[in-house]
Amino acid sequence: MSNPSSGGNGSAGGMTHVLEFEKSIAKMEQEIRRLEALQAAESGKDYSEVIAGIREQLQKALKDSYANLTAWEKVLVARHPKRPLLRDYIRLIAKDFCELHGDRLYGDDKAIVCGFARLGGHRVMLVGHQKGRDTREKIEANFGCAHPEGYRKALQKMQLAAKFNVPIVCLVDTPGAYPGVEAEERGIARAIAVNLMEMSRLGTPIVAAVIGEGGSGGALGIAVADQVAVMEHAYYSVISPEGCAAILWKSGEYASRAAESLRLTPSHLKKLGLIDEVIPEPLGGAHRDPEGAAHALEAWISKSLRDLRRLKPETLLRRRYERLRQLGAFFTSTAAPGVEPKAPSRSRPRRAKATTPLATE
Amino acid sequence: MSEVPTPPARRNVEVPEGLWIRCVQCGAMIYRRILEEELHVCPECDYHYRINARARIAQLNDPGTFEEFLPDLESSDPLEFKDRISYRERLAQVKAQTGETEAIVVGKGFIKGRPLIMGVMNPEFIMGSMGAVVGEKVAAAAERAINESLPLLMVTCSGGARMMEGMVSLVQMAKTSAAIAKLDESGGLYIVVMTDPTTAGVAASFAFLADVTLAEPGALIGFAGPRVIANTIKATLPEGFQRAEFMLEHGFVDRIVHRRDLRSEIARIIDYCNK
Repeated sequence: MSNPSSGGNGSAGGMTHVLEFEKSIAKMEQEIRRLEALQAAESGKDYSEVIAGIREQLQKALKDSYANLTAWEKVLVARHPKRPLLRDYIRLIAKDFCELHGDRLYGDDKAIVCGFARLGGHRVMLVGHQKGRDTREKIEANFGCAHPEGYRKALQKMQLAAKFNVPIVCLVDTPGAYPGVEAEERGIARAIAVNLMEMSRLGTPIVAAVIGEGGSGGALGIAVADQVAVMEHAYYSVISPEGCAAILWKSGEYASRAAESLRLTPSHLKKLGLIDEVIPEPLGGAHRDPEGAAHALEAWISKSLRDLRRLKPETLLRRRYERLRQLGAFFTSTAAPGVEPKAPSRSRPRRAKATTPLATE
Repeated sequence: MSEVPTPPARRNVEVPEGLWIRCVQCGAMIYRRILEEELHVCPECDYHYRINARARIAQLNDPGTFEEFLPDLESSDPLEFKDRISYRERLAQVKAQTGETEAIVVGKGFIKGRPLIMGVMNPEFIMGSMGAVVGEKVAAAAERAINESLPLLMVTCSGGARMMEGMVSLVQMAKTSAAIAKLDESGGLYIVVMTDPTTAGVAASFAFLADVTLAEPGALIGFAGPRVIANTIKATLPEGFQRAEFMLEHGFVDRIVHRRDLRSEIARIIDYCNK
């Protein structure tokens, strides 16, 4: 289930884009701007000391609040209207971006953007969700909710990349695949399933990072990878907190409780062994310093690809399968040892707990 | 993702209690024993009732041939999830109600003398939802099919990924799909029978990756739950939307097969694909 109207909840919207927990921070930022303007207008007045004082307070406030965001607050930051989007990252860190359109079957889904790029010292195939910034863009990109043709386009471009041994970089930012009549008629379930299957065996390195919202199957459909990261204030979840609350608590009002229960924050996902890395964001979130965020993302991509490109293709694929095969091995067996039929392949520990980086999804 | 679809026309899909049963679709009064003899299909209108994994296994396999494997894998509640009740409590309740440990039963069986590996999902166990155990059993079944060079049959019946296991359940979609890719590479045959409902995370992973895809009449098949779609587009959905017949018409299902014909249809496909 997906929630296509992300950011539509009152506190994340509003004309000034101030999140509830950021109100005092916003006030300080406003005060600094006011004093700076005053100083510029009235020559002779010197507010620099006052400004420096407020700045100091501001840094402290940002540090305090952003170090202790609740799961729900993380979701709100991930959906922040000013958070950098795929196209911002392309502008900031991709050189010579060569966009490639169309799925060769039906159309060109603007919710997923693909193309060759030079990124972090590598030539790559970049694949990512685009949400759109202004209203026109948002409608064109369907708020980042892809149709089947988006997933098929992504796969067609990824297969092109694999053919020429170009590594793949997937940047995930979607509330979920689009829940609509046409999406079902054109086989959204099949489109995602095929991507999961094919990405598990594409013979080129794949890295995936969630840069904002990692909404369910719509996110996973371009996120099967050799290395998986989630940015510090992004989230990755099986269902939107609102959707989960509506089903299990019978009311969307429990979204923040659901967000907590779902363990959707990057640090939880890392602890569960579901992702490899949490990419740090600048103080106060990527929306306060898109360039800083972009460089952190670039550094992770660059390093991950450098490591992966050292592996022989057979090793890469064997490793990817093993990672996928061990993924989320959270089960126990009540059988007495030796009674239960043996597991088919190599025997794995029954009381499997995710060890080391099992990551990927 | 784990939206449990209950479209208006099929609200009471489990067989009602009592000696005489009023069919939820056509309203005909049916004697319970007759319904059971008809494999839980209404003899008047062919409405296919949901059945649990054990009933399905008994219907499909040659008598006494099914051998279950990994019968006692249980979820370790990785998130320590709690909504109005804790996931542990919910698991204990459903285990007691169903006598099952999880939402899928996997094993080796025989259909008209043909050996195969099969997985049968159970709508009575948290709506057949997929968590770590279901993912593990599906992957293990695929690997068993590879190792024994046998066809794999999956009878799908699921509302999707299991919310109470959060991202652990979502990644099972990737895990199961990767295992099916291995089976595909080994040249093994993979048949899926989609039953009511096959949706969300299960539809968007191993269910929609078969070599041959069969579906029971009227089964709900799709990605997003119908109510979610109706809420999103703010419109009523077209008649028959996301039914097996709709999926057939749109090219996503090979054949719609009446429950009584499943055994012979599966056997026939196995024979055609025999190398």
